[in-house]
Amino acid sequence: MANASAADTAATAHDDHPRGLKRYLFSTNHKDIGVMYLWFAVIAGIIGFVMSLLMRIELAEPGVQFLTAFTSGNEDAAYHLYNVLVTGHGLVMIFFMVMPAMIGGFGNFFVPIMIGAPDMAFPRMNNISFWLLPPALILLVLSLFVEGGPGLNGFGGGWTIYPPLSTKLGHPGPSMDLAILALHIAGASSILGAINFITTILNMRAPGMTLHKMPLFAWSVLVTAFLLLLSLPVLAGAITMLLTDRNFGTAFFNPAEGGDPVLFQHLFWFFGHPEVYILILPGFGMISHIISTFARKPIFGYLGMAYAMVAIGFIGFIVWAHHMYTVGLDVDTKAYFLFATMVIAVPTGIKVFSWIATMWGGSIDFKTPMLFAVAFIALFTVGGVTGVVLANAGIDQAMHDTYYVVAHFHYVLSMGAVFAIFAGFYYWVGKMSGRQYPEWAGQVHFWITFVGVNIIFFPQHFLGAAGMPRRYVDYPDAYALWHQVSSWGTYITAIGLVWFLGVCVYTLTRGRRCGDNPWGQGATTLEWTLASPPPFHQFNQLPRIK
Amino acid sequence: MTDDDADPGPKPVPAQAGNTRLALVLALAVPAMVALSFAAVPLYQAFCQVTGFGGTTQRGEAASRPVLDRTIKVRFAANTDRAMPWDFQPIQGSQTIRIGANGLAFYEAHNPTGQAITGTATYNVTPFKAGQYFAKVDCFCFTEQTLTAGQRMDMPVSYYIDPAIARDPNLDGVEEITLSYTFFVDERATERLRSQDANDAAD
Repeated sequence: MANASAADTAATAHDDHPRGLKRYLFSTNHKDIGVMYLWFAVIAGIIGFVMSLLMRIELAEPGVQFLTAFTSGNEDAAYHLYNVLVTGHGLVMIFFMVMPAMIGGFGNFFVPIMIGAPDMAFPRMNNISFWLLPPALILLVLSLFVEGGPGLNGFGGGWTIYPPLSTKLGHPGPSMDLAILALHIAGASSILGAINFITTILNMRAPGMTLHKMPLFAWSVLVTAFLLLLSLPVLAGAITMLLTDRNFGTAFFNPAEGGDPVLFQHLFWFFGHPEVYILILPGFGMISHIISTFARKPIFGYLGMAYAMVAIGFIGFIVWAHHMYTVGLDVDTKAYFLFATMVIAVPTGIKVFSWIATMWGGSIDFKTPMLFAVAFIALFTVGGVTGVVLANAGIDQAMHDTYYVVAHFHYVLSMGAVFAIFAGFYYWVGKMSGRQYPEWAGQVHFWITFVGVNIIFFPQHFLGAAGMPRRYVDYPDAYALWHQVSSWGTYITAIGLVWFLGVCVYTLTRGRRCGDNPWGQGATTLEWTLASPPPFHQFNQLPRIK
Repeated sequence: MTDDDADPGPKPVPAQAGNTRLALVLALAVPAMVALSFAAVPLYQAFCQVTGFGGTTQRGEAASRPVLDRTIKVRFAANTDRAMPWDFQPIQGSQTIRIGANGLAFYEAHNPTGQAITGTATYNVTPFKAGQYFAKVDCFCFTEQTLTAGQRMDMPVSYYIDPAIARDPNLDGVEEITLSYTFFVDERATERLRSQDANDAAD
């Protein structure tokens, strides 16, 4: 970005290089759009993290003593505020942090380069995809400050927005309507992005870049894009029904007029389960590249790795009701969903063992991205194992909606997806910005974060196993110890986050210049053949893949 | 790897037309999936009715059918939505009937308010897996019910338990089935009733 002036003296009218506000506002350049997505994810990540910090400060001790400071001492309002924070944290992190960072950020920047394409298939649509997100986030943030629950601000029904809590009955105020519109817009953004990615990957690969030679990150984004394309419209349908139930007198989910609230849960989770794979699959792709780079070996079982992601994506669509074991499914239905859910462990196991086999006998270099990647494998597997526990319908009767579930999905997301994002950041920041991060500072960030998140979430298994339900602002004294420990973990993680922001600022302003390929012979994908940062337009002549 | 000296110049970017066609095909998935999600509403209802999912009961005929020696205790539960002011309860707590035999039970509803109210009842049975075999021949829940101010009414339900239950091993342990109703105010019908009354009064 900084060396733009010298680079394009030969710029023609055709590929001119817009500057200033125009460069970003009207951008059709996949790299600029990717960078904007990453900044957007950083901002949303900070908002989402602050929400979780407020929750953990409140939960550090039994009783309600902290959130009342924001509600002038009103306890009912503080209870509701807690629920609003839970909801906001979930929605912001899923739709405005992980998805923009992985798919919009790294996906936009690196997929076209990796497949040897000059840009995305539809650069202007790419611009729309990005610019739909800020208004969506603004709507969601606005929803926190208008009436939701009766006389209370914000929607507090959880990210799953189940009726009847999300209907006029539970939240008569306009907050829920704003949140629904935010999801509609964010969904439209992702659907457009998905169409763009699929077209780019299927139609614009360089000569010789067959699907079976395509890097795994591109594979992971391809599978993710299909999941987005098929699942998000179902969420759009479900929340449209919710919107018309709330405002236009329909009764899709109102039992008084023949509707069924459980139908919403089916529709929601038909979207929601693929969604959790949308959040992790690009991470799988990034981790594969990083493990291979720093073990200096090609990835073990390349085709198996690619098709394992396809299998995970496919099975992800037929397991949704394992989120609903307690709604009264009959035993045969539960048996099916139990079995299908456990089947996912097979392709996931293929991936985990292939990563380990890639490292096996490799010449491993524990640079920051590799530390995050190895930690990803270990911690994601912990989350995977508790997932297999929860897949059992019988155990889930007891564990449903407890902190055990919270611990499970934070191990796969806030240590799986988020570790993958950090790994990707350290792996690619030199390529994206032209400046390399200081290695020691990256490693300090890793260790602070690793220790912090484990202290947050490991004790939550104990809380859940002891029966602590999720989404409660208060709890009996018996749970005080592990809640206290968990909150300390959050404070440590907060230090890690501030450290990370410091590393970002240092790297972008004073980091040493980065060569084309800082990682050596292990880094074999096409982005390492370009300059750092890559030229504004790459591959005017398409590379040929042998 | 990237160039070939004989190449006359930059290769044209792959046909834009192919991209557009693919994108349009992909875009079709969006209305298709939205349509499927709306189609889920009637499909889900049909699915529940066919399979007895969630304890959905079946519609039965009054025709004769084999009556088995095995008996089942049918318990009756009554609930009202919190917006519904009626008193609503079963007249008998339970009935023990032979499988296949016709049962007849009564509920009593009373409208203690000074205004006519129309209500509809939702219903199901527990255990849910028994829904497939619990058949109603006639029930007050099939239509809307109106109680005028202060009116008290007995509401019948005639039902039987399908003898096919004996052939389903999943239901071997079932000795009790609870039939449950929840009465809701039918706001639109009540509204209509009120405006009609107002018109009548005006005439």
